[in-house]
Amino acid sequence: MNTQVVSLTEHIPHRALAASKKDIGHIVIEDVEIVFGKGANANQAVTKTSLDIKPGEFVCILGPSGCGKSTLLSSIAGYITPTSGVVSVDGKPVKAPGPDRGMVFQQYSLFPWKTIRDNIAFGPKVAGRSNVECSSIANTFLEMVGLSRFADKYPSELSGGMQQRVGIARALANYPSVLLMDEPFGALDAQTRLMMQENLLSIWSEFGITVVFVTHDVDEAIFLADRVLVMSASPGSIIDDLQVTLPRPRDPAMATGAEFMALKKICLDQIRSESLRAFEQQNR
Amino acid sequence: MSNLGQATDVAEVRDAEPEPSTPTQRKEDLVGFADAPGLSGKDVLKAVRGCTSSTYDLLKKHGVSIVLSLVSLAAGIVFWQLATAYKVDFYINFENIPSPGKVFAAFWTHLGDGEFYIHIGVSMQRILIGYVTASVIGIAAGVLMGRSKIAWSLIYPYIEVLRPIPAVAWIPLAILMWPTEEASIIYITLLGALFPIVLNTLHGVEQTPEVLVRAAKSLGASRLQIFWHVILPAALPSIAAGLAIGMGVSWFSLLAGEIISGQYGIGYFTWNAYSLINYPDIIVGMLVIGGLGTLSTYAVKIGMKPLLAWQKRAR
Ligand SMILES: Nc1ncnc2c1ncn2[C@@H]1O[C@H](COP(=O)(O)OP(=O)(O)O)[C@@H](O)[C@H]1O
Ligand SMILES: [Mg+2]
Repeated sequence: MNTQVVSLTEHIPHRALAASKKDIGHIVIEDVEIVFGKGANANQAVTKTSLDIKPGEFVCILGPSGCGKSTLLSSIAGYITPTSGVVSVDGKPVKAPGPDRGMVFQQYSLFPWKTIRDNIAFGPKVAGRSNVECSSIANTFLEMVGLSRFADKYPSELSGGMQQRVGIARALANYPSVLLMDEPFGALDAQTRLMMQENLLSIWSEFGITVVFVTHDVDEAIFLADRVLVMSASPGSIIDDLQVTLPRPRDPAMATGAEFMALKKICLDQIRSESLRAFEQQNR
Repeated sequence: MSNLGQATDVAEVRDAEPEPSTPTQRKEDLVGFADAPGLSGKDVLKAVRGCTSSTYDLLKKHGVSIVLSLVSLAAGIVFWQLATAYKVDFYINFENIPSPGKVFAAFWTHLGDGEFYIHIGVSMQRILIGYVTASVIGIAAGVLMGRSKIAWSLIYPYIEVLRPIPAVAWIPLAILMWPTEEASIIYITLLGALFPIVLNTLHGVEQTPEVLVRAAKSLGASRLQIFWHVILPAALPSIAAGLAIGMGVSWFSLLAGEIISGQYGIGYFTWNAYSLINYPDIIVGMLVIGGLGTLSTYAVKIGMKPLLAWQKRAR
């Protein structure tokens, strides 16, 4: 099983640390509005939203499914061009997906025909690095996620949790300035998810990279984030921006502490009242 | 007669090669290839070992059904022998049908006859040229159609119009179109293989999960790299099915085409035997065609196996 938490500090390469200067990974979202379809079929997925995500910040976007979390994240990744407004990373407007913004999906996003090693080496490879470099980067990140033994396996031979670790390693192998994660642990069982959260936090603390993490799980959002953006549905908009001041490194035991509980209550109340409002709207 | 439209539907691909994720199918698929051969010598050795051990497994597991199949075949031959010996004429007329013994004797004689091999060689050469050309054109067209709406709009109408036309129906036009008989025959063979390959490639490309394309884009892959590393491998299982079906169809198209030929080819051999009232040779020709068709389809499947090894490893 994949339940061991890898000791990370000794494995992180110096190159990765070098890439994590505290001044890169600055995401600015200005008056972004995203509408799918036209005319009568128009569906406003994200209403005018503005955000400033600081370099190195760990931000969770929290909201019920269908509220536009993935859509907002896709506009940062460059899969979607906003109907109006601008997304920029480090001052450069986002026009298309690129290796400076690593993406981790919910599941089934590894290339099934490539071994774990080749999946991780994909970014460096398409960037034109030599085979030697690719394999040394792959080894570094395989070790980082504790999967060196599985280097020559295919994704289908790994558990869901291991596959997600490969997904994270693959995104990081490009040394991106931003890591975008769309419910990456949503398909995992509760125990594995907890392990993965701790794992991710230690990776993040070593890299100091900006993370935008989408989830519908309140506990997950509070446990991970510096800052939780609460989103509500129809039309999708950010209704709250909460600072999480829990000390780091985070410990699962904190989930029963007073500060955690208070934050959780705020989030749940907001989500409940929003759901009620949506429910009443539908029944009107 | 052969029909270019037959067996070219994508729906039939599923019959030929059911979803690899079905565990029962995978088991059957693995028979004889417990370890799909890789490209290195070590892998080949492993595959050979896999083959022998799974042949043994096959015998152990399916011994009864193999015996039954052999008994059934033997019974068919005995019936054929008796029906010809007693000149049975009950709905089917066996009066002019040669007996299995005569067919085998004819086959045996031909094995020592150089011209017989020329017939086979000429047919195989036509298949090779027609099939390889069809594969190149078919895969290219299928990929283009799958990735570009414009290409789809330009090419698809031709497929819809031409696909249902049987191979034999092409013969007169093929003769008019091409300078030599040889070219006409190869053209007809090519057409036969083309449609299943195009349609299966298209199907495979369309099935490529969008999330993989997105992942590749975010990892910095260019369009060409996405094509090479994502779309092509994702479509490969479907392309492989198309190539196998295409090989089968190209054989029965070839047979139609060889009606044109005045000299060589196993199809010509069969027709000629009929004209010369050499009845055992008709059946020799038929069996050779069947055997070669099966063998070449099998060869295509084996050839594709290393490329699809990743599928077999799925749990
Ligand atoms: N490609 C698309 N075309 C049309 N509508 C879309 C598309 N993607 C998402 N939507 C709509 O936008 C809304 C938000 O979807 P999404 O961002 O996937 O929500 P979430 O990730 O929060 O579950 C939904 O109503 C969904 O139907
Ligand atoms: Mg989503």
